[in-house]
Amino acid sequence: MHSSKQPTNVLPGFNLAMGVTIFCLSTVVLLPIACLLLKAMELSWHDFWRLVTADRALAAYKLTFGASLVAALANAFFGALLAWVLVRYEFPGRRFIDALVDFPFALPTAVAGLTLAHMFADQGWLGRYLSPLGIKGAYTPLGVIIALTFVGLPFAVRTLQPILETIDTDVEEAAASLGAGRMRTFWSVILPTLAPTILTGFALAFARAIGEYGSIVFISGNMPFKTEIAPFLIVTRLEEYDYLGAVAIATVLLFFSLILLALINLLEGWASRFHS
Amino acid sequence: MSIKLQNVSKSFGEVTAVTRVSFSVEEGELLALLGPSGGGKTTVLRMIAGLETPTEGDVFIRGNRVNDLSVQKRNIGFVFQNYALFKNMSVFKNIAFGLTIKKWRTSEIQTRVLELMELFGLDGLEKRYPHQLSGGQRQRVAIARALAPKPTVLLLDEPFGAVDARIRQDLREWLVRLHHDLKVTTIFVTHDQEEAMEVSNRIVIFSRGHLEQIGTPREVYEQPANEFVARFIGVMNVLELEVLRGIARFGELEFPAPEIADGLKVRIGFRPYAVQVSGDPDEFRYRATLRHTFFLGIMLRLELELPSGLTLRARMTKEEYAQRGLEDGVHVSFQIRNYKVLSGGKSQLHHESGAQTEPPPAIAEGI
Amino acid sequence: MPVKTSTHFGKARSASRRAVEDPAWVRFILIGLALGFATVFLLLPLVNVLVQAFSKGLKPFWGALSDPDTLSAIRLTLIAAAISVPINLVFGIAASWAISKFEFRGKSFLITLIDLPFSISPVVSGLMFILLFGAQGLFGPLLEAHDFQIIFALPGIVLATLFVTFPFIARELIPIMQAEGVEQEQAALTLGANGWQTFWHVTLPSVKWGLLYGVILCNARAMGEFGAVSVVSGNITGLTDTIPLRVEKLYNEYNGQAAFAVASLLALLALATLALKTALEMKIEHDHAQALTSPHAPAHEHQAPERQ
Repeated sequence: MHSSKQPTNVLPGFNLAMGVTIFCLSTVVLLPIACLLLKAMELSWHDFWRLVTADRALAAYKLTFGASLVAALANAFFGALLAWVLVRYEFPGRRFIDALVDFPFALPTAVAGLTLAHMFADQGWLGRYLSPLGIKGAYTPLGVIIALTFVGLPFAVRTLQPILETIDTDVEEAAASLGAGRMRTFWSVILPTLAPTILTGFALAFARAIGEYGSIVFISGNMPFKTEIAPFLIVTRLEEYDYLGAVAIATVLLFFSLILLALINLLEGWASRFHS
Repeated sequence: MSIKLQNVSKSFGEVTAVTRVSFSVEEGELLALLGPSGGGKTTVLRMIAGLETPTEGDVFIRGNRVNDLSVQKRNIGFVFQNYALFKNMSVFKNIAFGLTIKKWRTSEIQTRVLELMELFGLDGLEKRYPHQLSGGQRQRVAIARALAPKPTVLLLDEPFGAVDARIRQDLREWLVRLHHDLKVTTIFVTHDQEEAMEVSNRIVIFSRGHLEQIGTPREVYEQPANEFVARFIGVMNVLELEVLRGIARFGELEFPAPEIADGLKVRIGFRPYAVQVSGDPDEFRYRATLRHTFFLGIMLRLELELPSGLTLRARMTKEEYAQRGLEDGVHVSFQIRNYKVLSGGKSQLHHESGAQTEPPPAIAEGI
Repeated sequence: MPVKTSTHFGKARSASRRAVEDPAWVRFILIGLALGFATVFLLLPLVNVLVQAFSKGLKPFWGALSDPDTLSAIRLTLIAAAISVPINLVFGIAASWAISKFEFRGKSFLITLIDLPFSISPVVSGLMFILLFGAQGLFGPLLEAHDFQIIFALPGIVLATLFVTFPFIARELIPIMQAEGVEQEQAALTLGANGWQTFWHVTLPSVKWGLLYGVILCNARAMGEFGAVSVVSGNITGLTDTIPLRVEKLYNEYNGQAAFAVASLLALLALATLALKTALEMKIEHDHAQALTSPHAPAHEHQAPERQ
């Protein structure tokens, strides 16, 4: 019957719309990506390997992936907490905090980096209390984690929030009626239901963190082997006119981005099946 | 001849929705396309509108083949199941849309829209938006919008599906009156046999993409072309009998079958009104227990349980029920006055036989 | 939507459902933690920008903003956004029309391709355009022969901005258009409207708020993009600096107050974006609620329509 088959063939404009779409997609997105890969293929396998496994590059990946992982974990935890509190509880300023969650998304990364670096610097609002304790937030790997947590937060919260809003509290009541305490209900009913979505939010925040550049430039200090992230190394290579060096590292980053994108698509499919 | 379909088929990829359907509609008719969901009736309606292109066959409107004519140029009025009113436009602009597109003069649009709104009892709602209307009003706006550009034919997809059960009856009567006044050829799709019987002049019955029968409500009720139609229109008791020595049997029920070979299976059907029930257990040949009585307004439906366990449905008026002293649990006798042979699984009507033929008291009650 | 029956601090929003209500101390701790985190990570960074911008008073603030190099950065940012946002608008509308109103093979693959720029590091995307149009790039010699500069000039900045903002509008529109279905468009066709008329009178008005939402987000990102633009712009002061690049330059020149003053412009842009976004969300929610409940629906619902 019809409802299952979308009878859409009579609407005009498909060819035009598809043409514009394919044209824009090809020129703006696909051509540049193809060009990068083409350039990478100019390198012999041996040279490519040498460039991407240079000590400085390895240190940069380690920082990029390590800090991204820590930041994404922090986002998964605090994102879930914020989403839970915003959806389930009523308190003064709830609407304001809710709107503010998108702030890191709307704020240009350069400004985020600037203000975070200033806050955590020795004389900054937080740095002046933290530095004496030995917690240095600026110009350290910790600074990278702080910046990445900031930029990734909206992804974690906004992925979970709509699911929490639509989730049926009936199952919680059912669990309670069966004698489960609130803690028990949380661990064995609520958390397993939300797990796929929290994981999706984690993956989104992680993917965002890996590519992040703007905010980190300001806060990390960009010291080779210590606080230099992979995207910064690409810029350095470019400034040295070492195009192939930049291309090699960029290819590695692109590769991981694509894998993550595929993973996120799978995760989202899984999570949406979970909630249908 | 207003509309004609000739050997029309439609497939969606692997799925065949409509298979070689032919029928024609006279000018001014009110025709129902009836069938269970998945029967292909909506696809037929959409092919007439031009919202769907036939895979095979031809569609004619007023003698012109319109297969290659776009939906915009067919001059049809289409009412969607959920009305598809333009959410961002007021009632006035909704109804005026087709006229604006056809570049009518502003004053003429004004006159036409107001005329329709008055005719449809929508006066004063010009500035309302669709979300501010009741279900019945939305439907009337949708029909007014479709009629505004004076279409050759009005096509309605499940027009009463989206309204409240309470107002459905009123809307049916209203549509009949509207059609009577405007005389525009109207085709509507429904899965509700009662609705089709009550509203239309003629009914086209579909099942699994095939046209099963076309006829007036009375024809399809009294002379169903096959078992599908017989069971779909109204209620029918259907039995599969086995023939032995010129007699077809099912449990204790026996029917003469002099010309049929032994061992063959015969399917027969009879309407509940053909089952004559008496409170006197000896009046008729067969015995049964009256299990349940269902009160359906003026008519009652009786469920009889035979000693063999078979359940049959009978029907009578309240008066008859009282006269014969019936109540749930009593032992009764019955006979089958009239039945049809729907032969051996092929659901082909072989011949008609039975005792006295008596027309059903009210054909459209569907009980 | 849970019914709000109390605004008591820490009260569960769906009051009266005792089984799903957490103990008061749990609520208190969770809200405290969330508020603490939100304060450090959301509120303080915002307040800090504004306070530092005015740390030396109004005069230096205006001084930083009226610097000719800053003014030229503002001009460049506005121009780049004014070019890239409309292009993305056209693309977003075309893509969402094709994807949400038609069925075709490879649709989900196409959506994934549109999403690609979201997951690619801005620095990598900037590098791609250098490899394409830079002096050593694929089209470098050709461009040089025609004396046309893309990299270290406006076209490069626009291209990089286009790339990073590519999915924004399409991603907003696709779910809305899909939810609207195709019936209203088909109804317009049966009434004789052609494709453009249908799009203009029926489709566009029904997605206008979502479209505006997408444009606002796209614009915020376009004006604030740093990584990709930084790679292709060449950082020529007074010529190819956008506002975010100007912030970096001032910061590197140890002119913190001026950097914050210029950054406060972008922070205000972010705040304006959030305000508009919240207003639009409320508007969309309101429209949606209105469409579901019909407050003005007259009472004579079950009355037969009478005709004279």
